[in-house]
Amino acid sequence: MLADKDRIYTNLYGLDDWGLDGARRRGDWDGTKAIMDKGADWIINEMKASGLRGRGGAGFPAGVKWSFMPKESKDGRPNYLVINADEGEPGTCKDREIMRFDPHKLVEGALLASFAMNAHACYIYIRGEFFREAEHLQGAIDQAYAAGLIGRNARGSGFDFDLYLHRGAGAYICGEETALIESLEGKKGQPRLKPPFPAGAGLYGCPTTVNNVETIADAPTILRRGAAWFTSFGRPNNTGTKLFCISGHVNEPCTVEEAMSIPLKELIEKHAGGVRGGWDNLLAVIPGGSSVPVLPKSICDTVLMDFDSLKEQRSGLGTAAVIVMDKSTDIVRAIARLSKFYKHESCGQCTPCREGTGWMWRVMERLVTGDARIEEIDMLLEVTTEIEGHTICALGDAAAWPIQGLIRHFRGEIENRIKRRQGVAA
Amino acid sequence: MSAAPETFAFTAENKARADAIIAKYPAGRQRSAVIPLLDLAQRQNGGWLPRAAIRHVADVLQLAEIRVWEVASFYTMFNLNPVGRTCIEVCTTTPCWLRGSEAIVAALEDEVGVKLGETTSDGAISLREVECLGACVHAPMFQIGDDYFEDLKPEDARAIVQDIKAGRAPKPGSRIGRPGAAPASGPRVLTGKKAQ
Repeated sequence: MLADKDRIYTNLYGLDDWGLDGARRRGDWDGTKAIMDKGADWIINEMKASGLRGRGGAGFPAGVKWSFMPKESKDGRPNYLVINADEGEPGTCKDREIMRFDPHKLVEGALLASFAMNAHACYIYIRGEFFREAEHLQGAIDQAYAAGLIGRNARGSGFDFDLYLHRGAGAYICGEETALIESLEGKKGQPRLKPPFPAGAGLYGCPTTVNNVETIADAPTILRRGAAWFTSFGRPNNTGTKLFCISGHVNEPCTVEEAMSIPLKELIEKHAGGVRGGWDNLLAVIPGGSSVPVLPKSICDTVLMDFDSLKEQRSGLGTAAVIVMDKSTDIVRAIARLSKFYKHESCGQCTPCREGTGWMWRVMERLVTGDARIEEIDMLLEVTTEIEGHTICALGDAAAWPIQGLIRHFRGEIENRIKRRQGVAA
Repeated sequence: MSAAPETFAFTAENKARADAIIAKYPAGRQRSAVIPLLDLAQRQNGGWLPRAAIRHVADVLQLAEIRVWEVASFYTMFNLNPVGRTCIEVCTTTPCWLRGSEAIVAALEDEVGVKLGETTSDGAISLREVECLGACVHAPMFQIGDDYFEDLKPEDARAIVQDIKAGRAPKPGSRIGRPGAAPASGPRVLTGKKAQ
């Protein structure tokens, strides 16, 4: 088990003060100026060396992303950092814990990341439903301004930095980075075609980096303790510590920080009190939030919780939101409910997604009761591949993958239902 | 429930708030304030946005009315029709469903006396199904106004409705009283003790 001394989020459960005094006691804002004095290049190189991969789901190396930003403006356009706090991937509730109990980690990270990317302004886009979390985060921002940690000549560094909190209003799609930018500009949250990538033309047409809350909040501790400390956890290419949210059929659902590459079984048994009814009562796990394909127990027995291990099993680490389902679960219904989610959240811009998510959901509802023909399983699978990769953003993919995972691992269950119903009808 | 007002304007207090919000964005980018200003207007108008409020936000931001309307109709937190004075929004997405959101919905429908998507005839309470609210470790849960009610059992849902009906403010947060998202029996980590 990860030792408490190696945890980044030492107030994860809110047992201590979330405000500036508590944050300072826990080591936040310690030596921030000394880190800035080492320069932007040092920060970016250290982040690259840490191997930190984006914690929002895609897993792109954070330091590399930061290095894409123009070092200086040739045409007067400013650089922006935008922090994605639009947490809404079913199963996921980790950024919420950072914002309500350790918000100064995010504020300090916003300063350091913005400094490294020469961004003098940063917007945090938080989902509208997180009202109380926004109160804490705004409280932390106000405290940081009052203490001179951000604002003009932030931390005495000579760097001017403004940090703004922006509340959304209920739209899962705004967690997609270009939809988030559109929304922040005051428009419907409909994703933009890439290229141009945000690093070239993002917020207000200016160079922009969009990072997840956890990615940014990880940064100060990595920079203080060094890349070598961070890489001492997890496997190569999957380094560091990570927040895991364990929900569903476990005895004690919880969110916990652990070393990357921890075996899934160990994570569930050590931290979440085990599967309801014991490990042998496990049916399946969705290991990284609703978008990634479900894994049957046989894979869960040994799989490691990291990007590469889960990719090898044709699933993904995603947001590291572990949704556990025991043998009492109607697995077809569990996935059908996700299909309804994606149908509800499709922004309507691309035809394959707008029409396809509704079509898939309607077929899935029939598969729940077995009111279908066996051939329709393959037809559904075929349609998922017609949606996947044929839309502006990844929501189409995210709607397709859970169904593909279901058919890959539970085709027999679907067929049995159809046969049973046909038997009843005959 | 209130009928649609003919006119709408921010109160002096909300006008000051609106100005402070607009100042967060660069000059000429006041359109960025559309969502926060619609939120202010909705709060001022008892939880929903009549056409007059949308027009007012458009005027304040110097935008075409359609630019504000298309935003108001895109985001689920904006109500374009009147809602109950208390709106209970229940998550039924898979993580909440796995932990019994159906029983929560049933208890709410029974206790309130209306179905999901409906409002009581006296305009007191609306029930609504929502998608994932991002508190899955606390499933099942629902939201009322700005607060989350978490780790619910059907009897908790009933007690909360009874509180609302009696004019009492129900206590938000976890109904099992755990700190944050720690395991129900207490934190296994960050206990101040040395890890095994």
